[in-house]
Amino acid sequence: MSAASKPSPAPDRIARAFEACRARGEAALVTYVMGGDPDLVTSLEMALACVRGGADLLEIGVPFSDPIADGPTIQRAAERSLAAGTTVADCLALAAAVRERSEVPVALMGYVNPMLAYGEERFLRDCAKAGVDALIVPDLPPEEAGRFGALARAHGVALVFLLAPTSTPARRAAACAAARGFLYFVSVAGVTGARRALPEDLAPKLAAVRAESPVPVVIGFGISTPAQAKSLAPLADGLVVGSAIVNRIAEPGSRKARAARVEEYVRSLKRGMKRA
Amino acid sequence: MTQPVPDDAGHFGPYGGRYVPETLIPALDELTAAWESARRDPAFQAELSELLARYAGRPTPLGEARRMSADVGGCRVLLKREDLCHTGAHKVNNTLGQVLLARRMGKRRIIAETGAGQHGVATATAAALFGLPCDVYMGALDVERQALNVFRMQLLGARVVPVEAGSRTLKDAMNEAIRDWVTNVADTHYIIGSVAGPHPYPALVRDFQRVIGDEARRQVQEVAGRLPDAIVAAVGGGSNAMGIFTAFLGDEAVRLVGVEAAGHGLSTGKHGAALAKGRPGVLHGSRSYLLQDRNGQIAEAHSISAGLDYPGVGPELSWLKDQGRLTLRQATDEEALEALQYLARLEGVIPALESAHAVAAARKVARDLGPGGLVIVNVSGRGDKDVEQVRKALAERAAAPKRKAGATPRPRGGAKRAAGAVVRRPAKKRAAGPAPLPARTPRRSR
Repeated sequence: MSAASKPSPAPDRIARAFEACRARGEAALVTYVMGGDPDLVTSLEMALACVRGGADLLEIGVPFSDPIADGPTIQRAAERSLAAGTTVADCLALAAAVRERSEVPVALMGYVNPMLAYGEERFLRDCAKAGVDALIVPDLPPEEAGRFGALARAHGVALVFLLAPTSTPARRAAACAAARGFLYFVSVAGVTGARRALPEDLAPKLAAVRAESPVPVVIGFGISTPAQAKSLAPLADGLVVGSAIVNRIAEPGSRKARAARVEEYVRSLKRGMKRA
Repeated sequence: MTQPVPDDAGHFGPYGGRYVPETLIPALDELTAAWESARRDPAFQAELSELLARYAGRPTPLGEARRMSADVGGCRVLLKREDLCHTGAHKVNNTLGQVLLARRMGKRRIIAETGAGQHGVATATAAALFGLPCDVYMGALDVERQALNVFRMQLLGARVVPVEAGSRTLKDAMNEAIRDWVTNVADTHYIIGSVAGPHPYPALVRDFQRVIGDEARRQVQEVAGRLPDAIVAAVGGGSNAMGIFTAFLGDEAVRLVGVEAAGHGLSTGKHGAALAKGRPGVLHGSRSYLLQDRNGQIAEAHSISAGLDYPGVGPELSWLKDQGRLTLRQATDEEALEALQYLARLEGVIPALESAHAVAAARKVARDLGPGGLVIVNVSGRGDKDVEQVRKALAERAAAPKRKAGATPRPRGGAKRAAGAVVRRPAKKRAAGPAPLPARTPRRSR
């Protein structure tokens, strides 16, 4: 509990990353890798490849047996990771290993039950220790996040809330008021996974959120091509790309070949994200 | 004691709540509001009552189980005959109510998850009645186990979507239904079949199912002039249990006995006893007791009964357990198989395998109560859907009679003709009478 009194360095890393992007006139690129997919060492290599390719924030997935917000790509990644025996502790170790090598902000993304099983207090303490900056927990909406959110704040870890196309103005206001780190705007009603087209009313919805939000707003779900990244970059402070990267990790090849493939792909995304 | 209605956020003590993606929260708010207004709307209530009476066949009888009473030593046993509902189980009480709600909200499409297929059939039925397209998610393993119900759903115009993920059972079907709902929430209503899921479902489904207990409470006073000593119901997710328990929650003297699936046995890890063996956690939108490993990954449940093959349980039952209001019992696969035959031979009622778990436990509860006791058993569904599976299971057991010598006593009442003598305990020799069901010829050797 003494951690509560310490200045929290974590959100600073996030704020600095977005600030740096803004200064360069580009949107931030948030890349997702499932921890332990297909094994811990490979997922560390893939996360570092994302950083070399220009990722501004890293999301590390924590596998869960019943990922209701995920499409088939990330479901299968979770299955591979669990088959390899990956635990919450492993994902924390992975985050710590990234932190040893880079100052890139790291968010863990996962479902609440494994975190509860690990022990809420212990989990948030260990997140802080591992250099985890933020948590994204899709099945923990603000109304259920009371104790968890308070513990996160006490440990200087930002609990990132999600907003969806279906969110009402009242919920948007509440999420903005409680926001830490950044806000995650879900582009479409649906699960994670690459999509050819995104809804047409995305721009006005995002503009409404950004006007109200005290923190940067990233957009995620469905983004997979450099062309999409290019067209969305002007609309948000950052873009999240997950399934498209996971697919590239899942394709056959040596660890080195996969890392090269991921790095090049991330670079191609980032190239298009300069705001002209 | 008053009924532990959930708070405004759907919490039953530390259980329940809404652990779902943000996208769904507005739909859950909309559903809560629709239900709040519908329950106060006399026109809605009248339409539902009419449907329950003239379409579903309510009220269902509370029947006297005379031969079972004699067999258990004189305790009076009454059967609440939900198996006589249209579609063959209590599930239709809820699906009719929810389809009315869907219509009230202007939703144009229905989805559901199903385990044994009873909820899927009841949903497909209600959707057909109101002309709404219906997709039912069903674990691929259950699709195999419950082929008859799959075909029934198709006859009723529903599309059955087999789910290959995970354990290929009810929990995976529910994952997939939630994913569909997240994607199509604008025009789709998700009819959850149990008192599980995010708020308002646990309260909503309970309210639609409580008609079972409301009727039983009235009926038992008519036929026995008093309240029962115990009510016995199977617990998977818990809809038939909460359905019959709710009216009696305030009657402290009435023991509420929830019977979970012990599968191969509680010590084997292959069971569905979330309340007895689980730990609190979050699955499918609510906090409740769950079968999970120490890392918080959901464990695969096991039961011979597809409807009890679920690693979670409704949050209100978790709360009632913690309050000490629930008496927990279990029945193994073997005991359920035995109880199914027992009720068939003694009472001429073939219960669903789910309900057979309740029958198995009720035999013991009634025996303990003895003469003067009064027990109600919720026969939540009929066993027609299970007949083929039971036939196979009994054939396998007949082919390998000594599989687990020394384990749980395996009463084989079936060996003895139930004509006069009452079936009891293991028959001494299998050859004494006809085998329980055609099992003689070793027809299947896989």
